[in-house]
Amino acid sequence: MIDREQVLHVARLARLSLTDEEVERMSGELTGILGHIEKIGELDLEGVPPTSHVVEVTNALREDVPRPSWPREQVLDQAPAVRDEGFEVPSPQA
Amino acid sequence: MPDFEPVIGLEIHVQLDTQTKMFCSCALSFGEPPNTRCCPVCLGLPGALPVVNAKAIEYGLMIGMALESELADRSIFHRKNYFYPDNPKAYQISQYDEPLCRGGRLGEVRIHRVHLEEDAAKLIHIGESGRIHSSETSIVDFNRCGTPLVEIVTEPDVKSAEQAREWLQLLRETLRQLGVSDVDMSQGSLRCDANISIRPVGETGFGTKTELKNMNSFAFIERGIKAEVARQTEIVSGGGEVEQETLHFDPRTEAITSLRSKEEAHDYRYFPEPDLVPIQISSEMLDRARGALPELPAARAQRYEAAGVSTDNAKDLAFRPELAARLDEALPHADSPNAVASLLLNVAAAADAEPRSVAEVSNMVGRKEVTAANARKALELLAERGGEPAAVVAEAGLGALGDDGALDGIVEDALAANADAAEKIRGGNMKAIGPIVGHVMRETKGRADGGEVTRLVRQKLGL
Amino acid sequence: MSEEILALTAAQAAAKVKAGELRSAEVFDAYRERAAGDDLNAFLWVAEDTPAAAGADAPLAGVPVAVKDLFCTEGVPSQAGSKILEGYRPPYTATAVRHLAEAGAPLLGKTNQDEFAMGSSNENSAYGPVRNPWDRTRVPGGSSGGSAAAVAGGLAPWAIGTDTGGSIRQPAALCGIVGMKPTYGAVSRYGMIAFASSLDQAGPLTRDVTDCALLLRHMVGRDACDSTSLAFPEEVVLPTAERLDGIRLGVPEELSGEGIEPGVLDNFHQTLRLAEELGATVETMRLPHAPHALSAYYIIAPAEASANLARFDGVRYGVRAEQYDDLVSMYTKTRHQGFGPEVQRRIMLGTYALSSGYYDAYYGRAQQVRTKISDDFRAAFERFDFVVTPTSPGVAFELGAKTDDPWAMYLNDYCTVPVPLAGLPAISIPSGLSEGLPVGFQIIGGAFSENRILDAAHALEQAIGFDGSQARA
Ligand SMILES: [Mg+2]
Ligand SMILES: [Zn+2]
Repeated sequence: MIDREQVLHVARLARLSLTDEEVERMSGELTGILGHIEKIGELDLEGVPPTSHVVEVTNALREDVPRPSWPREQVLDQAPAVRDEGFEVPSPQA
Repeated sequence: MPDFEPVIGLEIHVQLDTQTKMFCSCALSFGEPPNTRCCPVCLGLPGALPVVNAKAIEYGLMIGMALESELADRSIFHRKNYFYPDNPKAYQISQYDEPLCRGGRLGEVRIHRVHLEEDAAKLIHIGESGRIHSSETSIVDFNRCGTPLVEIVTEPDVKSAEQAREWLQLLRETLRQLGVSDVDMSQGSLRCDANISIRPVGETGFGTKTELKNMNSFAFIERGIKAEVARQTEIVSGGGEVEQETLHFDPRTEAITSLRSKEEAHDYRYFPEPDLVPIQISSEMLDRARGALPELPAARAQRYEAAGVSTDNAKDLAFRPELAARLDEALPHADSPNAVASLLLNVAAAADAEPRSVAEVSNMVGRKEVTAANARKALELLAERGGEPAAVVAEAGLGALGDDGALDGIVEDALAANADAAEKIRGGNMKAIGPIVGHVMRETKGRADGGEVTRLVRQKLGL
Repeated sequence: MSEEILALTAAQAAAKVKAGELRSAEVFDAYRERAAGDDLNAFLWVAEDTPAAAGADAPLAGVPVAVKDLFCTEGVPSQAGSKILEGYRPPYTATAVRHLAEAGAPLLGKTNQDEFAMGSSNENSAYGPVRNPWDRTRVPGGSSGGSAAAVAGGLAPWAIGTDTGGSIRQPAALCGIVGMKPTYGAVSRYGMIAFASSLDQAGPLTRDVTDCALLLRHMVGRDACDSTSLAFPEEVVLPTAERLDGIRLGVPEELSGEGIEPGVLDNFHQTLRLAEELGATVETMRLPHAPHALSAYYIIAPAEASANLARFDGVRYGVRAEQYDDLVSMYTKTRHQGFGPEVQRRIMLGTYALSSGYYDAYYGRAQQVRTKISDDFRAAFERFDFVVTPTSPGVAFELGAKTDDPWAMYLNDYCTVPVPLAGLPAISIPSGLSEGLPVGFQIIGGAFSENRILDAAHALEQAIGFDGSQARA
């Protein structure tokens, strides 16, 4: 069961501004989905190692050799707001 | 009311001095114009993927070795999730439960862990007054974003603000001599946070700690910690409770302010970075790191002490690798390691003379063949034109007067010329010996041994 | 001419170009015209200019490829089916697309998809649903629904897509074409807008198995820009097998009974009988943890997605909300307005599963289930050459039929989802019709067994003799 408060907390973490109606719906839908998902809680997984990578590769390191960076015009090309050679954002401390 | 003692742990972020960033091939930035050291990876463009810089791993291992850490066989990266404009992917690639190094020690402070991560971008706050809190808009410059960082976390072993400063100086010197960072605090390549709590003296538990952020000079670190310890002591002495929070120290006003935002407590939702594969530390990687490891300050100080150099001299030399290198060359020829160390530390010319010559001059002083004052002159000559120390001393007439009776006569002359002083000495005032010694030194051009002169004076006055 | 070209598979068209019987520009123009007249909403962008003829030795001879929207293509809209990337033109091209272009397959267009590859019906695209060329009232499957519909409908000679839980194989099945998800790591993910990094894998959607092998050959390879990519251990060869003598097929009980539509199941059993006639042995076996794959998947994929999609914050690219009060409201409004409902649902689910206090119960356990699923497959491949299942539990369904029940929609991936969790390769080939709609047959093999899978699929394809021309009419 994911209640309203939990939905709001998770939405804050995920930076989503949900409407009241969406919060209600999300609470119901997530509760429903988790009801199915929680069946893995019944499995005996004692001592089973987790898999985060299916490939048995290690390292894949890169030599420390510089390559040209991009011209600033290209860096800023797709930005929604540009100012003074940089990306403009509302100040975090405002 | 009991006395309180501070309990301090330090968290240090060190920018590595690699050629390229942690996860992309952009060159590191040293004040280039904004957003000119960027690519899809360090801008967090859709579809871009990180690739680990091998050199950063090597430097991380070197730091771990220098701090006597346990080096991981296998190490993985995690994603640390939080939104901020300086964090383009909204996660920092960092390490969590499988860091590169665990444990260790530097001097009297134990190390908790050492891990690798990436630096954030730079935010430039735009505001009329230039003060952070009045700005409404910020500009993001991604040049710094992705610079390799090593995070070093200590155990809470630091007991005072002064100790924190001294230990950080040792750490900085260690990192500098490792050659893995330019450790310039004013440029932000070495940054320090302190976790501070206080407890009644004699107790072993921990009080509530606060985190003092981003102090960018040794002086600020010492003053900031002092101010915070005083603040906590005042709260607790007044019956209050310290709140767990993140703080900012303003070195201009000495004021400590809370940095806590309106936001909820952080929940970083760490999970293994699926775009990277585990790092398996091979013996080749260890060999390469070990091969690049110079002797470090703490080890060097210990070695010198064991060789007979005084504790103070050994510590001073540990911080001056170029002098230490000269000492190492001189040592095989030196009768007294500490005497050579003292010459190197105290006589500027000793650093320019042949190390072997420094050892020989030091030996001559030991054998009373040259006085301390003339040793300095000899070293100056040797630094200037080189040559064999014995020959230079003889040629310049800097040799000490031997037991051939010459000194005897000069002392008698001096006593005669300073009868008043001789009378005072006879009366028990040894301080009056100054003019007599001065006379002898003038006559001998400094070649007389001060101790020998005193002995003769006393003998002749029947003392 | 256009009819003639349309009747050719991509490999046949390439052969005719090389033989001098056809010019590559004719192939390109024929398909560009069809793509431009697209009434399936399969394309989001179609190339305007005919590229210069491919070099004489270019193996793909200028036969153009349709590319799923989420592959970054330099200067060409790459929006991942999302409003938040509306108009986004990346400054670089994905490795897989670049490899294809270098082999002589130029970009025909960008295909519609479920937003950020989250969906099984293509109804989650911000640019409208794609229609199934077999029945325009039905979905093409997803998330690579635009690529599947384009190939099935004869709007593209071949296409590439991505598969995270079934996003190549399921739409291929629903559209009556071939779709292959390669071994994880076989094709570089560099330049693919990520959904779930540990599962995402690019692969071909083609008219037949030979085209699939030919396209795959030029997609695979180690890429220094993708740490998880691997060198393909052998050349991908064009399949020739006509028989399945000695091939042991394992049929998992868990994925071939309950929950599968009767018509699909009938077709599946017919195909198994055909396989036996070709010399294969067929035996029922078990994948005990397969029923839990969907649960593990719907923890792992949303969790990774919640981080992968966090970069869409209105700062460096994409669309920013027009009105906001401060930084936080700029973030929350941009993301709320830019992402569709399913994407927001999965971001919420993934964020919750990773949040403090829940990690062990959800993400940690899901990773353990993943281990068990891999173990099940490993055990299976000691006894069998391949594990076979229906690709999708049902045929293409009506638009809107499942949009109100997320879990019902997720069940579309029931048979495909265990495969990426184990990182294995699998193909879906059309095996006939049920209620006049295509059914897919899935062949799963061990890591890097693509050549053997393609051979088996080729032998079955010959015996099945599926005719997809109806959808291209
Ligand atoms: Mg850190
Ligand atoms: Zn870069």
